[in-house]
Amino acid sequence: MMKIKHEAEERHVLAVTVDNEAGILAKIAGLFTARGYNIDSLTVADITENHSVSRITIVTHGPPAQIDQIHAQLERLVPVHKVIDLTELGPHVERELALIKVAGTGEKRVEALRVAEIFRARPVDTTTESFIFELTGAPDKIDSFVALMRDLGLVEVGRTGIVGMIRGASEA
Amino acid sequence: MSEERSGANILVESLVRQGVEFVFGYPGGAVLPIYDALFGDKRIHHILVRHEAGAAHAAEGYARSTGKPGVVLVTSGPGATNAVTGVADAFLDSIPLVVITGQVATALIGSDAFQEADTIGISRHCTKHNYLVRDPADLAATIDEAFQIATTGRPGPVLIDIPKDVQVASAIWHDGPPQRRDRYAPRTQGSADEIARAVEMIAAARAPVLYTGGGVINSGPRASELLRELQAKTGAPVTSTLMGLGAFPADSADWLGMLGMHGTYEANMAMNQADLIVCVGARFDDRVTGRLDAFAPNSQKIHIDIDRSSINKTVPVDLPIVGDCATVLEQILDLWDNRKPRDLAAWKARIDTWRERESLYFPRSPQAIMPQLAIQRLFELTRDRDPIISTEVGQHQMWAAQHFHFFAPNRWLTSGGLGTMGYGLPAAIGAQLGHPDDLVIDIAGDASIQMNIQELGTATQYRLPVKVFILNNEWMGMVRQWQELTYESRYSQSYSDSLPDFVKLAEAYGWKGIRIEDESQLDAGIRAMIDHPGPVIVDCLVHKESNCYPMIPSGAAHTDMILYGDTVAGTMDDEAKALV
Repeated sequence: MMKIKHEAEERHVLAVTVDNEAGILAKIAGLFTARGYNIDSLTVADITENHSVSRITIVTHGPPAQIDQIHAQLERLVPVHKVIDLTELGPHVERELALIKVAGTGEKRVEALRVAEIFRARPVDTTTESFIFELTGAPDKIDSFVALMRDLGLVEVGRTGIVGMIRGASEA
Repeated sequence: MSEERSGANILVESLVRQGVEFVFGYPGGAVLPIYDALFGDKRIHHILVRHEAGAAHAAEGYARSTGKPGVVLVTSGPGATNAVTGVADAFLDSIPLVVITGQVATALIGSDAFQEADTIGISRHCTKHNYLVRDPADLAATIDEAFQIATTGRPGPVLIDIPKDVQVASAIWHDGPPQRRDRYAPRTQGSADEIARAVEMIAAARAPVLYTGGGVINSGPRASELLRELQAKTGAPVTSTLMGLGAFPADSADWLGMLGMHGTYEANMAMNQADLIVCVGARFDDRVTGRLDAFAPNSQKIHIDIDRSSINKTVPVDLPIVGDCATVLEQILDLWDNRKPRDLAAWKARIDTWRERESLYFPRSPQAIMPQLAIQRLFELTRDRDPIISTEVGQHQMWAAQHFHFFAPNRWLTSGGLGTMGYGLPAAIGAQLGHPDDLVIDIAGDASIQMNIQELGTATQYRLPVKVFILNNEWMGMVRQWQELTYESRYSQSYSDSLPDFVKLAEAYGWKGIRIEDESQLDAGIRAMIDHPGPVIVDCLVHKESNCYPMIPSGAAHTDMILYGDTVAGTMDDEAKALV
């Protein structure tokens, strides 16, 4: 019987600047589905004063040849100005924001607050039996924090997905 | 001059400004304002098709044969969805189309209104770009940009969805030349380094092959001239994809024939044994490469393509050059100057041994007309007329590609990428409109021709002397062939039952019908077809069980071609079955 084969995959962060026109997000997201590419996270917001240009940050994974195709296929879309592969370019900063709701009383509540301090997570909402923490950082830092909160009354997690930028003075 | 005009009127003026001669369309509720604006306008000829798929394919045939963009106008909902197959076809074969679809009024969008479909959503991945225009003030600039995008870079279909209220509402129209936006500016030239390396690689090659494709045709007639010039200077043999036939003359001693699944033995062996493959405007499609890990294993590869996403998509290459075929070929020729290539005599002697296999051979049958013979006679008897040939999809298409021969670009119209049955008749209609004095023939199969048979009426209405030459074997021949090779001849649903009488059908539409039943009638029947001043269907009854060879079976390498007479019936392993 035939079996489906899988290739070794890499994770890449792509920053895509696009014309902020109707349907652009559907176009980008749809390109990934139509061609069988993966999206791990996707963030989008306009970045110019007149709201004409948006920056979309996509985290994807796939075999190297597929990552190159994703780059090329994105550039082929008319409203796409520029595609930057941050992973390819080298040292860059990745940040993500998360809101984490934790409920509990007594020792667990105190412990949650103590761990939050270590992670520099900020309580942005408090009741006598719950917190919402705001945490910004690289994705693995958020992963670790969420993992610790599981034992301390984790209720709900919301994450923005990654934005990234090349280190240094110049624009990529 | 600036004045207030309706959106529909702005659309029509914009089309005129773009030099549009023909619009292929079908009216309906959501485009009534546009049809009213077209009423009595002598500058644009509206060609009323019988089904919207016909409109899109006719526009493709017009575009492919003239090099100008084809324009389609259809209504919302079913009008748009019917046209989608033709749009997808144009997308895969890089044919410039501008498709105008009506849409329900903006206030009704999303309400499941009558004849509403999410045309933008449906067409998103089969257009090069698409627009929903919400304000008549945006129409002129949108249409101008649509033409720019459709016709520059890698050509393709661009769709403009216009809600009915936007057609009725007014905006200021400014006379003047079309506007161009700078956001779309594809790279057309190779860098000096790339060109220098290409020249070095070509000059050093002992066994080079020029592998050319539809990009050479799309780049314009100049690209075909430059290809011939490069070939003459380098001596390299030339093969072409299905889409590129005609860019290089088939009577050249260095023409290898088409390559790929139904390509010639010499073309595929040359690709397999080459030390350098220069790919010009082709894209290493799966029908061309066969099994990827066995594709041209010992060659270096140069890939010239205007679309960067075509490069390294399936086959990694040593030297990619992103640019327009004509421009890059010219750059290479400029640098080549009077350089001498290596002596290719040994390479050509090897190629001659492959030619000796006569891979296009077919046996003659005393009882029936061999379909290959019918194509050969059609070619010989129409050769002096320099005909334009369109095809449907299937065995007849491959036989036409193998046994009809082309000498110039834009004379061969076929659905390569999408493989759309029903393409040929409307494409021939579009080509005939663009070339009113030329002989235009749709080479068809008995199954394919029925997929857009309603367009017979269109040719009748506009007095177009289109010829349809049906190779009638009463089968979906290519499906049957695959069932024979892969599924132990279990002919599941591939028999063409209840065929119409094509001669009577022709007559019912006001066409002439000719039936050819015996080889002795073949030449006379073809001549009668050519000599008749109006449209003709020829129902040519051919040998029913003939298969199309040579063939690289699914999942095989170029060196594993099946030639005529090889024993092939049986089954295949699942890996091969899954590849299609």
